[in-house]
Amino acid sequence: MKQLISLLIENKPGALMRVTGVLTARGYNIESLTVARTLDSTLSSMTIVVDVDPVMQFLLIKQIKRLVNVVEVTDLTESRSVCGEMALVKIETTPEKRAALLKEIDVFGARIAKTDLLSYTLEATGTSDELDSFISLLHSYGTIEMIRSGAIAISGSSTTKSDDPLADITDSNGEAQEALQV
Amino acid sequence: MSVMSGAQILLESLMREDVEVVFGYPGGVTLPIYDVLYDHPLKHILMRHEENASFAAEGYARTTGKVGVCMATSGPGATNLTTGLVDALMDSIPIVAITGQVPSKLIGRDAFQEADTFGITRGATKHNYLVKDISELADTIHEAFYVASSGRPGPVLVDTTKDVLIANTEYRPAIQIEKMRGYELRIDPTDDEVDEAVEFLWQAERPYVYAGGGIISSGASDELAEFVESLDAPVALTVMGLGAMPTEHPNFISMLGMHGSYAANMGVTECDLLIALGVRFDDRVTGRLDAFAPNARVLHVDIDPAEMGKNRSPDLGIVGDVKHVLQRLTQRIKETKETQGRKNKEARGSWKERITGWMHEYPYSYEPSKNEIKPQKLIQKIDSISGGEAVMSVDVGQHQMWAAQYMRFNGPRQWVVSGGLGAMGFGLPAALGAQVGRPDKVVFALVGDGGFMMSLPELATIASNKLPVKIIVLNNGTLGMVRQWQELFYDKRYCAIDMDCFPNCELLGAAFGIKSRTVDKPGDLDEALDEAMAEEGPFLLDVKVTPEENVFPMVPSGGAVNEMILEQPKPVTVGD
Ligand SMILES: Cc1ncc(C[n+]2csc(CCOP(=O)(O)OP(=O)(O)O)c2C)c(N)n1
Repeated sequence: MKQLISLLIENKPGALMRVTGVLTARGYNIESLTVARTLDSTLSSMTIVVDVDPVMQFLLIKQIKRLVNVVEVTDLTESRSVCGEMALVKIETTPEKRAALLKEIDVFGARIAKTDLLSYTLEATGTSDELDSFISLLHSYGTIEMIRSGAIAISGSSTTKSDDPLADITDSNGEAQEALQV
Repeated sequence: MSVMSGAQILLESLMREDVEVVFGYPGGVTLPIYDVLYDHPLKHILMRHEENASFAAEGYARTTGKVGVCMATSGPGATNLTTGLVDALMDSIPIVAITGQVPSKLIGRDAFQEADTFGITRGATKHNYLVKDISELADTIHEAFYVASSGRPGPVLVDTTKDVLIANTEYRPAIQIEKMRGYELRIDPTDDEVDEAVEFLWQAERPYVYAGGGIISSGASDELAEFVESLDAPVALTVMGLGAMPTEHPNFISMLGMHGSYAANMGVTECDLLIALGVRFDDRVTGRLDAFAPNARVLHVDIDPAEMGKNRSPDLGIVGDVKHVLQRLTQRIKETKETQGRKNKEARGSWKERITGWMHEYPYSYEPSKNEIKPQKLIQKIDSISGGEAVMSVDVGQHQMWAAQYMRFNGPRQWVVSGGLGAMGFGLPAALGAQVGRPDKVVFALVGDGGFMMSLPELATIASNKLPVKIIVLNNGTLGMVRQWQELFYDKRYCAIDMDCFPNCELLGAAFGIKSRTVDKPGDLDEALDEAMAEEGPFLLDVKVTPEENVFPMVPSGGAVNEMILEQPKPVTVGD
């Protein structure tokens, strides 16, 4: 299954590798990973989408939390998170296709970052699924070249996170129980 | 404040952490440290291999409760340390490893003896550091000790570049560890947790305590005894937990798990409340998970939140220091005994009787012999010399399991074992480290002939430091535990198990200047052991035992713990 994990880590050398190490040690394939600065320059935020064995889902979160450089980790897989991704797409155009293509771009709400005689370069944001379908639509107009940022996500609840990093330890036991029934 | 070099700051920081000894091996990039050590009060023990330096640091830590320290140079020195780091990680043993690294400017250029120690040891440590700036050195060392020894203890490595070691700076002792935002510890249980747990305890008709290494790390032996006495519950210990409770304690059953006793494994199968204290539901304990305590509610106490539900989901999980949690539980038990204690009293009484019955029915046993030295007999003899007081460091294999079955321990930190990793070559160097840490104790290194050959060079370290370790080789001529598995599960297709060309131990001992003796007759054993004990210095005793003896009971790997093989299967006669 695809697990969506959001983290706050100390901005220190090796911190990223520690986190990915928990996943790669089990042979899991990381689908996407983004790291960026936060308002606090000593911390980085990280969003990972990883293909995991469902039984391991809750344990992974705890094992990541255990890492010394990890300040906060949240499993957003099943929660109402706001999740987005950006794609930069270069698409070849011909004068005949242009009007139709512009309409598609407008409907999706993508931005044209650069144009020249033969191509458009677009900047599109949306959920990963939305981008998937937009990109396959663009593909029907001709060859494209693209790069995607990977997902970033933030918890969708109306309050900001509690300060108690251990608050969820005992709560998640119940869930772990279901997952671990053999 | 004074100006000091990185190497001086490093050693000064170790002194401030109360380090009394470093197990190490020098090399190019650590020469600045050795130059300071030349006339420094800190004691350094020159090992004969870095792997053994890490094992010795562990032996020291396991027997003293202090942080063990080992040191190695860059590249091969650092890679040689890693087995001991993983061993310490698996068994939650606090050690700090100091490694030298090539100068910062050369990192990444394939410099001579460069290895990515920081990367290689990431998965081998609880945490690791690469220091490239002298201003961070002292704080990093102190943080390393804090991380190694707090929470769930473990190995921490500090890799320091050579330029840091030779640079100079104003040294200011770190006052206090800066708050580590990503490192939170939970020590005490909440009142609600305590109340709920004690409710579980009184509701149980067949409570069973399964305790392990966490009791020893947390120094909770007395609390464990008080707890089980207040509840009058039976206790089994994991291989890591041996000594957490005196072997002779009336509530103690034995070790449980793959080579645990019948009573311990039947008890865990039949109990209705499993009280798991400082344990991790290791597969060598649980066997097939769904058959482990199948009808029990589980109360799990551990300091590591990631243990909750890792292998078995608890009905109540308490994250906290088991010492603190047990104190609170016992106090609450005493407060509620009057009103609640009568509940299930009868059921609990007959439960204890059942367990005692199992203990009498199937104690650990073996077929005695007049002509051969039985390995179990050898261990019983060592045990009677020890009287529960000696330190016993073992290697990995059959001898390790027999020692776990037959040795008695009056207290914690006497039993030194590579439990989680099962690293052969551990026993001898760990005994060496233990003897350095506990000069007051008799220290036995009980090793197999296989594991002994892995740690042979440390005979020199033992001799050179006049460490009075009593080295006993339980010599069955083969890699015994592998032979046992091939016999029982691979149709006796014995492959790669002969330890032939084993050295003559009397010549070997003489070559290292260690008194030694070989025995192969039961009649000579007592006298040989007496001779070993009478010797002031180290002694090497090679005991030729029955070659084909197996360790029983045995739960086949992945089997249910109540389906033990209790004794040697009888040969099947054709036509029967
Ligand atoms: C470093 C290492 N390599 C291999 C093993 C696998 N192994 C486990 S027990 C054992 C045999 C040990 O033989 P010996 O040291 O003679 O002890 P015995 O079992 O005979 O008491 C082996 C090879 C191991 N545990 N550690």
